[in-house]
Amino acid sequence: MAELALVRPRAGRDQRIMQGALLLAAGFLALFLVLPLAWLLVRAFQDAEGGFVGLANFAAYVTTPALAASAWNSLWVAGLTSLLVVPLAFCFAYALTRSRIPGKPFFRAVMLLPVLAPSLLPALALIYLFGNQGMLRGWLLGHSVYGPIGIVIAQVFYCFPHAALILSVALAGADGRLYEAAAALKVGRWRMFTTITLPSATYGLVSASVVVFTLVVTDFGIAKVIGGQFPVLATEVYKQVVGQQNFNIGAVVGIVLLLPAVGGFLLERWAQGRQAGVLSGRSVPYAPKVRLARDVPLLLLCLAVAVALLSVVGIAAWGSAIRFWPYNLTLTWANYDFGRFDSAGWDALLLSARMAGLTALCGTAIVFLVAYVLERGVVQGPLAGLVRFAASMPLAVPGLVLGLAYILFFNEPLNPLGFLYGTLAILVLNSLVHFYTVCHLTAVAAIRQLDPEFESASASLGVPVWLTFWRVTLPICLPAILEILVYLFVNAMTTVSAVIFLYGPDTKPASIAVVHMDEAGQSSAAAAMACTILAVNLGLKLLHLAMGGAIERWTQGWRRR
Amino acid sequence: MLDLLAARPPGPTYLTVEHVTKRFGGFTALHDVSLSVGAGEFVSFLGPSGCGKTTLLRAIAGLDMASSGRITQAGRDITALPPAERDFGIVFQSYALFPNLSVVGNIGYGLRGAAWPREKARARVAELIATVGLEEHAQKYPSQLSGGQQQRVALARALANRPGLLLLDEPLSALDAIVRQRLRTEIRAVQKALGVTTIMVTHDQEEALSISDRIVVMNAGRIEQIGTPEAVYRHPASAFVASFVGRSGSFDAMVEPLGRLRAGNISLGSDAVASLPAGAAARAFIRPEDVKLGPAAEAYPGAFMAIVGGVEFLGPFCRIHLLVEGVTLEADVPSDQMRGLNLANSARVLVAVPADKVMAYPHG
Repeated sequence: MAELALVRPRAGRDQRIMQGALLLAAGFLALFLVLPLAWLLVRAFQDAEGGFVGLANFAAYVTTPALAASAWNSLWVAGLTSLLVVPLAFCFAYALTRSRIPGKPFFRAVMLLPVLAPSLLPALALIYLFGNQGMLRGWLLGHSVYGPIGIVIAQVFYCFPHAALILSVALAGADGRLYEAAAALKVGRWRMFTTITLPSATYGLVSASVVVFTLVVTDFGIAKVIGGQFPVLATEVYKQVVGQQNFNIGAVVGIVLLLPAVGGFLLERWAQGRQAGVLSGRSVPYAPKVRLARDVPLLLLCLAVAVALLSVVGIAAWGSAIRFWPYNLTLTWANYDFGRFDSAGWDALLLSARMAGLTALCGTAIVFLVAYVLERGVVQGPLAGLVRFAASMPLAVPGLVLGLAYILFFNEPLNPLGFLYGTLAILVLNSLVHFYTVCHLTAVAAIRQLDPEFESASASLGVPVWLTFWRVTLPICLPAILEILVYLFVNAMTTVSAVIFLYGPDTKPASIAVVHMDEAGQSSAAAAMACTILAVNLGLKLLHLAMGGAIERWTQGWRRR
Repeated sequence: MLDLLAARPPGPTYLTVEHVTKRFGGFTALHDVSLSVGAGEFVSFLGPSGCGKTTLLRAIAGLDMASSGRITQAGRDITALPPAERDFGIVFQSYALFPNLSVVGNIGYGLRGAAWPREKARARVAELIATVGLEEHAQKYPSQLSGGQQQRVALARALANRPGLLLLDEPLSALDAIVRQRLRTEIRAVQKALGVTTIMVTHDQEEALSISDRIVVMNAGRIEQIGTPEAVYRHPASAFVASFVGRSGSFDAMVEPLGRLRAGNISLGSDAVASLPAGAAARAFIRPEDVKLGPAAEAYPGAFMAIVGGVEFLGPFCRIHLLVEGVTLEADVPSDQMRGLNLANSARVLVAVPADKVMAYPHG
């Protein structure tokens, strides 16, 4: 029996399309994520003229007292914020998922409110309340809100929805049978909580802590607005790069900023590996019964949180409509006449909306196509693995670091893509890459729900893969696609840290205008601008909810039995 | 040892698989597999999970290309062709129906392009819906259909383009037993009416025996036997086939001269050991319906006494567990004959097995 020659499969049209798309995806992520980050690394080991200096920059960093102090400040502020936010968010999420309190949809909506506003908004509200002219200044017993106190309180508001969202997802998937089994074994409530509830939420707790810690360390806006003279990493790196044009030290700080994020990312991976699958196909959803001893305190807590979140937004909105805080409390639209405070005026908001719109449209298309090719491409070579890894990287890269990497990479005279610097395109690309991973994971989860044989079935019927993508995959995944679209838009509207290095004179987004107006002492105008950003996002979110229902009826009719 | 006559299709050959090997990294899923399928024939690939039957089907479909070897369909070498350039329809285990398209949308999914103008496609879909009896459900979505109805939609969709080859990947495994039996009769009827060459993958031997013209029994990436259902059941080519297809009691034995087998103190005549040297170790298999009990055993030379170890009532017949000198045998007795035999637990009963019914294979 002669050994026959190896078969060389002939690539069909479908496969060539997939291969081409995979190459494009690899090129995109290489150009706008991997190379800029690699260049950041390189610059950390160079002097201003581009000569190799080894660890000299790192030595300079460690021996500059201001920089070393800022690192320590960032760490303890982030740690303290996590300690405050995560337990609070856990109780809130527990109330939403494991109790019978009334008004859950309301609490859920209020919980997400801070996500729609720039991080500066709670900081501005705090200044109204506790600042030098604050109404409740006395509450701080003589301490100044400008500094760690203000940063921590503002960060608690800003980070709360992120932690609460993660934890309510973690707590939502409970297997009722476990609790019934425990009750049948006459196990007490506390032991049920520590042996069933907590272990199933471990990953959520780790994940929420990591997310909060990273958010605080890398957030620029809050520290800038309410930090006063209190130096943290995010403001220091801005001073080094923009103030002193010290790009090499900036690169070093960028790498230092990357450390907690990458560490957190690895910690989360570890926790994910240890998390056993909680829900199997046979699980019975947990349905809590009314129990006043639990429900009443949880309801009071939720009300307190809701009041706090709403009043922060309310104070900012009210303050933005006040003629002269706190001496003349008559209402006025004067602060919304942005042209008086900032040369860009309302154009900043238009630019933000354009940038967010482009990010959402291009980003959703790119994210979904890349996820589809990775999940459904026939040939899974090493390239697919690399692209998959690259797609998960942005989660561990803070916006500030990405912005820094972009400024170093695209500002480099030798870079043929240098023409992008200072354009709207670079803002869009940066925002897109910055928020890539969450969107990618959403898209992958949606695609994985589809039968893996759809593409094979359509190939056997002689239907090209793009047609099946259009007729089957897209309509089924439309809810997830809209979710990605809104997520990208909202985040691009509010981001400060990712674009602070990248905007040009003609491309200043509204979120940056908030920082500038606050810097110029126009805090009422800054609050007004922050409120308009919130209003745009809120409008889009409401539109999404309204349209979502209609689109659901139109494309998801098959889900009804 | 393959039964070479049965290994060839009765009529003109439609599909040939020659020396096909498939490797996934270091794992070899198919070892040098060769077979041919005749035009209009219904062939089943039967084997335990992981035996390579689905891999072979997917190599024929081009969904996972063969690593080496050659596959020819209707005279055309299709080994390296992408699935879209081949001529087949396929029903997946999961059916892979498009959930957002109605029954009509699913069945007509591949009816497009110049060959299928709108009117012609519509007529074809209506014809197929009538064939599988889903007229009342034409506008429903898959999630509104029962499992059996979904299966029929998948079958109609696979047949819509009038493919030369129909591939069925465990098409009935997701259904309950009663629906499964009805549908396999229906599938066979449709297949015969259309005369389409069909390959079905299954791990259910009863299904394979009832529906196929020929069965390809596979194990560990190799073909164990190719033959008609009767040949595979009556004349298994290997110990694996004897144990996998049909039910049988088995025991280790030693070959004795003059075509006999010895296990402990009992000695059985076996036509199957004629080709084995005396003294060789063998594995013997006896089907429960071939074991004679009581008066029926008296006519056979070499009948022996056994003890009843238990009786299972299985409806039309009872299965008797017999113990002889450490060897266990099973015998099926029609329920209405049970009264005549004294088969209480621990009762002694006379047992005989005709020499042509004792299957034996070299062991070790």
